[in-house]
Amino acid sequence: MRAPAPARIDVRKTYKLFIGGAFPRSESGRTYEVTSAKGAFLANAAQGSRKDARDAVRAARSAQPGWAGATAYNRGQVLYRVAELLEGRRAQFVADVAAGEGLTERRAQDAVAAAIDRWVWYAGWSDKVAQVAGNANPVAGPYFNLSAPEPTGVVAVIAPQASSLLGLVSVLAPAIVTGNTVVVVASEDRPLPAISLAEVLATSDVPAGVVNILTGRTAEIAPHLAKHMDVNALDVAGALGADGITWGALEADAADTVKRVLRPAGDDEASWADAQSLNAILAYTETKTVWHPKGM
Amino acid sequence: MPRFEYAPAPESRAVVDIASSYGLFIDGEFVESASGGSLKTINPATEESLADVAVADEADVDRAVRAARRAQEKVWGPMPGAERAKYLFRIARLLAERSREFAVLEVLDNGKPIREARDVDVPTAAAHFFYYAGWADKLDHAGFGPSPRPHGVAGQVIPWNFPLLMLAWKIAPALATGNTVVLKPAETTPLTALLFADLLRQAELPPGVVNIVTGAGATGAAVVAHPGVDKVAFTGSTAVGKRIAKEIAGTRKHATLELGGKAANIVFDDAPIDQAVEGIVNGIFFNQGQVCCAGSRLLVQESVAAEVVERLKVRLGTLRVGDPMDKNTDVGAINSAAQLARITDLTKAGEEEGAVRWTADCALPEQGFWFAPTVFTDVSAAHRIAREEIFGPVLSVLTFRTPAEAVAKANNTPYGLSAGIWTEKGSRILSMADKLRAGVVWANTFNRFDPTSPFGGYKESGYGREGGRHGLASYLIEGSTR
Repeated sequence: MRAPAPARIDVRKTYKLFIGGAFPRSESGRTYEVTSAKGAFLANAAQGSRKDARDAVRAARSAQPGWAGATAYNRGQVLYRVAELLEGRRAQFVADVAAGEGLTERRAQDAVAAAIDRWVWYAGWSDKVAQVAGNANPVAGPYFNLSAPEPTGVVAVIAPQASSLLGLVSVLAPAIVTGNTVVVVASEDRPLPAISLAEVLATSDVPAGVVNILTGRTAEIAPHLAKHMDVNALDVAGALGADGITWGALEADAADTVKRVLRPAGDDEASWADAQSLNAILAYTETKTVWHPKGM
Repeated sequence: MPRFEYAPAPESRAVVDIASSYGLFIDGEFVESASGGSLKTINPATEESLADVAVADEADVDRAVRAARRAQEKVWGPMPGAERAKYLFRIARLLAERSREFAVLEVLDNGKPIREARDVDVPTAAAHFFYYAGWADKLDHAGFGPSPRPHGVAGQVIPWNFPLLMLAWKIAPALATGNTVVLKPAETTPLTALLFADLLRQAELPPGVVNIVTGAGATGAAVVAHPGVDKVAFTGSTAVGKRIAKEIAGTRKHATLELGGKAANIVFDDAPIDQAVEGIVNGIFFNQGQVCCAGSRLLVQESVAAEVVERLKVRLGTLRVGDPMDKNTDVGAINSAAQLARITDLTKAGEEEGAVRWTADCALPEQGFWFAPTVFTDVSAAHRIAREEIFGPVLSVLTFRTPAEAVAKANNTPYGLSAGIWTEKGSRILSMADKLRAGVVWANTFNRFDPTSPFGGYKESGYGREGGRHGLASYLIEGSTR
């Protein structure tokens, strides 16, 4: 009589940070336990530190001119490619989202589908923003005068706490589509979809450093990014529902460097179902106006 | 070439009546301040006292905000845009009609040359009202959705360098979009704003739509802090801008900040040198250099640096410094003793740090606050005069060899308000314009302003835009991203 075949033991993933296109552990050597909504062990996530945040900002800054300098058509194609890869890994994201957020499979499927569709929506804006948000100005004199939006630079995104993928995509995609580069602080208790997204970004054509993702304690990392001298803008969405931090405190930290701060719409984390807008893109742009005389 | 002497050509001040004292303009009438406090405003060219002006405290600001709220909810907000437009058109016309009066008063209170007040400040202010008047009934075409809504009450704090023009930049888009206003003019230049209140009487603007509270920094802080203010618009120093951003952090107030600058004016070796020299002079000596977007850092390509600086000095030798009321004057008085002290301190630091100072040889009046046009050469990027906003008629000259070096030096500043490019090569202009991190880029020109053209900074020069279609955005809920 043959012994029954042993059940296959699954190969689990190590979740690390995503900085400059690589997946390092936190320089602090720390991890923290991530559980499902029901309390089951899912993974040990890297617990990012101030040093990790600074490394991420440096990676974002060095990637920024190249990303902004790519043609809008090219950025649009690169971002669309991300949606293609997301589509291919739907099952994994549905499982991640369902476990982390405690959703039924049906609702997790809806959230993932919405996130992919949202990514496609924002990707398509890349070569349209300047046409919709820019214009010629009929000045009273013989001058060519044109105003157009440009990326503001490096954006720190404190990602939503509850909606770990749809919320993340809703704040990430509008920031990068115009040529900004980003440092994301993932949802503290539900960081795994963010790292899975990083794997998609790393294997698509998004240049290294355009998106950098930190996991860890929001209240520990976010203030360093809010104060960082080389960060131009800050999305404080994830301060809602995070322990030990408020969006107002982060906004105050950001004031010393005149950062552009995108505030949350309400006092509690919103449903991200309809959260796609041109304003989310324009929040991280600067209008540049160029003058030149006309003459023979 | 013979040098001709100019006969004096003084503008008459008889066109303007200055009262001995002014109250606060709240709810359509001039009222006493609650505390009875006042400050003196003086003519910086003569140090003569012009008037006593009331100082608004928190109670006065509260009265003004309440009046603005009532007017917004009951009158101005519900009024059809086409009717709001007509008030704004009236204001534009009245400003044009009384332009001489406003220009003279601006010169007396600010110290700028009459030529600039007459040809730039006042006509551009009138043009701003005219431009935004036309938007009031077309907001649904402005790109902010089908029926964009105003924030409510706008608290606006403006600087002393262009008192009336900054008032127009603030009030015109606010009113066009259906907001009402509490405006705090600068401590040293309140008079044209108070004369503007008289113009509003002629326009029969409903009471409370515009309220003017005079005073110093504490009054401005009270406006910003008032819980009834929905939208803050500030033009002034980066230091105060940061305080305002911190003050409103965690609230639902929106803000536009138009702060300092340290613009690079970049001259390439193929630039038309005579035009470039005129542009450099206009860039830093216009309004005594008291301009946030002034071209205070000249970056000149090494191969033409000696020639450009030489021609610049020759040109500066022909500038006429003195009586601002004289129509031939190019450079007027510094606005205040405090500003003169700051300019003096920074230029002293320039000498101490090793830059080479050249100052135009010109006689300065004995009374008043004066600073002769000054150029520093051998300036390094680390010098304070290359990093800090001087806000005076002081130019720092740096050199570069390659376009990439010019870009790196130009962007090496926490500011990002404006920049200038001088070259005959079109592709280089467009490439440079793309790379310069500044909200306004002037190519083969400098310091041009127009109501249709958005103005505002990158980085620590602030956020939001004033002027143009973009200038509507921050006064509309649907257009506001911060």
